[in-house]
Amino acid sequence: MEPCEFPDIERRLAPVLEKHGRDASGLLQILRDVQDLLHFIPPEAVTCIAGRLGIPRTSVEGVAGFYAFLSLEPVGEYRVLFSDNITDNMLGNRELMQYFCNKLWVEPGKVSEDNLVSVDTTSCTGMCDQGPAALVNGWPLTSLDHNRLDLIAELIRIRKPVAEWPPMLFEVADNVRRKDALLGEAFEPGSALRATLARGIRETLAEVDKANLRGRGGAGFKTASKWTFCHAAIAGEDGSALCDIGGSPVRFIVCNADEGEPGTFKDRVLLTRYADLVFEGMTIGARVVGASKGFLYLRGEYRYLLQPLEAVLQRRRDAGLLGDGILDQADFSFDIEIHLGAGAYICGEESALIESLEGRRGRPRNRPPFPVTHGYRGRPTVVDNVETFAAAANIGLHGGAWFAAQGTSQSTGTKLLSISGDVSRPGIYEYPFGVTVEQILRDCGGEDAHAVQVSGPSGTLVSWQEFGRRIAFEDLSTAGAFMVFHRQREMFAAAHNFTHFFAHESCGFCTPCRVGTQLQKKIMDKIAGGHGTASDLEELKNLGHVLKTMSHCGLGGSAANPVLDTLKKFPGTFERKLKALAFEPAFDLDGALETAREITGRDDEWAHL
Amino acid sequence: MSKTISLDGQTVAFAEGQTIMDAAMAAGIYIPHLCHNPEFRPHGSCKLCTVNVNGRNVASCTMPAAEGQQVLSDTEELNAERLALTQMLFVEGNHLCPACEKSGNCQLQAVAYYLGMMSPRFNHFYPQREVDASHPEVLLDRNRCIYCELCVRASREVDGKNVFGLSGRGIATTLVVNSTSGRLGDTAIAASDKAMQVCPTGALLVKRRGFVVPIGERIYDHRSIKEVQTGGGHE
Repeated sequence: MEPCEFPDIERRLAPVLEKHGRDASGLLQILRDVQDLLHFIPPEAVTCIAGRLGIPRTSVEGVAGFYAFLSLEPVGEYRVLFSDNITDNMLGNRELMQYFCNKLWVEPGKVSEDNLVSVDTTSCTGMCDQGPAALVNGWPLTSLDHNRLDLIAELIRIRKPVAEWPPMLFEVADNVRRKDALLGEAFEPGSALRATLARGIRETLAEVDKANLRGRGGAGFKTASKWTFCHAAIAGEDGSALCDIGGSPVRFIVCNADEGEPGTFKDRVLLTRYADLVFEGMTIGARVVGASKGFLYLRGEYRYLLQPLEAVLQRRRDAGLLGDGILDQADFSFDIEIHLGAGAYICGEESALIESLEGRRGRPRNRPPFPVTHGYRGRPTVVDNVETFAAAANIGLHGGAWFAAQGTSQSTGTKLLSISGDVSRPGIYEYPFGVTVEQILRDCGGEDAHAVQVSGPSGTLVSWQEFGRRIAFEDLSTAGAFMVFHRQREMFAAAHNFTHFFAHESCGFCTPCRVGTQLQKKIMDKIAGGHGTASDLEELKNLGHVLKTMSHCGLGGSAANPVLDTLKKFPGTFERKLKALAFEPAFDLDGALETAREITGRDDEWAHL
Repeated sequence: MSKTISLDGQTVAFAEGQTIMDAAMAAGIYIPHLCHNPEFRPHGSCKLCTVNVNGRNVASCTMPAAEGQQVLSDTEELNAERLALTQMLFVEGNHLCPACEKSGNCQLQAVAYYLGMMSPRFNHFYPQREVDASHPEVLLDRNRCIYCELCVRASREVDGKNVFGLSGRGIATTLVVNSTSGRLGDTAIAASDKAMQVCPTGALLVKRRGFVVPIGERIYDHRSIKEVQTGGGHE
């Protein structure tokens, strides 16, 4: 064995391990802290943590290797990750990243020789309305330009701790541009909860049902049904270690704030400005289903929101809105814990999110059983989107009829859209369901658009011919992303970017997604490099079919959407890139002879193809 | 045993708690699979056993059988998808059958023959993967790993050793072993472990047993995997 580089690992990790206790569900939080402390997770730390938690070493290494913000190899003391969504690309992030790398004498994806800095790309950080964006040691940098990067490079060179950097670098604007029922009203913390208790629990569930509230994460499952199933479910068999609070089976409420779909940033704003509304919706949900514990699963990219959110939770506890005996109801105890992700889009999938909450790799579970009956720790669990809980709080306050008065018959209420790309006023827009794409484009200054990616890469590409379509579950269902592309944009570039995104975020569990997303990426790379042929388009369609029909979860199932949509709606963008040949090798034949030419010292005509 | 499903038009009985795969196996019907082994809890990762139930595709190894299900399995479309998945498994790793000790006993190879795979179709990835020969009795060749986690499950559930696990993500998923050095030689594995008997490919081999059974006399040399698995039980 090689000599141990961390002989004092036990001592160095002691405070972290002390803080998180001995429960294996804390593993991801522990690893996040170790990453911050040591800038990677060395083998000695893996062994130490495994021993402390009483779990196999392989489980710890499995988790450490899964999440993008954790690393089993050293990264720089300053780790700068450039957000690489298509909207960042359109704002020139690639050129800026190269500029930044040149300044710091570091190659993208590598660590500088003095271990000071590493620079790489990361999936969309949820700052599309103020890109190009990046993360430095997990903290968001926005509106990057050459001047800011000069300053950042200098701060790194003089080894200034990130906590002491000028605050203006980390400013995140809310950019709320259009308010309606949800955002337009000042909310008095506790008011919805009081109205709920006054009305009664069953009655409130009936109001949520009457409101026809559907999940805001995009899938559109009826919230009242989910709550009813969870309430009716009998607890799973493997939750016996949990205490039974208030004489009822243990159930859980989980708020999905793993807002990873590129182009989506509405939950960021809800959690920044409307956190009380979200937590109150969770508390109402807890009262309805009989849960005593809740989790907010906050994506790692939003760690800057952790402290403010903890403060809101504390304020609510102090006001008697959380904790034991909420609003003086002796049988009503509920509290919320915030759990941070660490860079994994797949954890937005509810069963993967639960796996992650339990401290494991974010791998979607086999279903059935579903989380409403067998969720967190095998117990009945409701997982709802941030916006769904905010809407539920509003229903608790105003009732179902009030809510259902807006929107369409199948899509009641309003929807938050996060608008970015080629528009003059990017930001958050709240509309009643049923609004047309055309109307939205007029409002946000996107008149020059010829395409909109609705609901992100996994959603739908809408061409200019379809701008009369409506935002609604029955037409364009969306989690909120609305990325606009003007006439001069090459739509191939967007599809190409999205194939890289899916290949990077595939969890690797099932064959079709693990390999299929790679094959799709490689073919798109080949076409982008000018080597594509007609047969490659056929192969993309075949792959799309395998991904759609054979994948384990929605990630693989939707990973081909951007390619298939673009092929259908903008075929020209592909065809212009193709060689008019039946066959074309995937690499440059003449380039492959370069080594041979160097060895033989030849460069004559016969040494070339 | 009064409850039944329809599998490719055939009425198949099932007992409460059985999956579609269980019911099919009990009835002697072969559904191609690699990550499934009836001795272990279903995994559902290879997706070869995907069938169509009442119009929806699901993995038959994890889907509970239920009264009245109309299941389609041996269809042209599903077999074409299964073939594509098998080809994907071949190109993502480094599977060189003629040079592999498992040839003829390999389920990946046997499934490929069964599905009529004549070419890899996709470009090979030629990944750089590590071979671990540090253990005196056991060889781990990650080039042949298909991430079915059978060794992970066997080591955890039968051997009680937790020697294996998966790390990494997506295409960078990798089989890791339970030692600070990362080497198999520093783990508790033994050649007699259950984990050594369940690998469907040649990723885990017991050393010094090469060609004990000569080529031509191996499990799938004369019988297809369908015949072997429906006639003589699981390997």
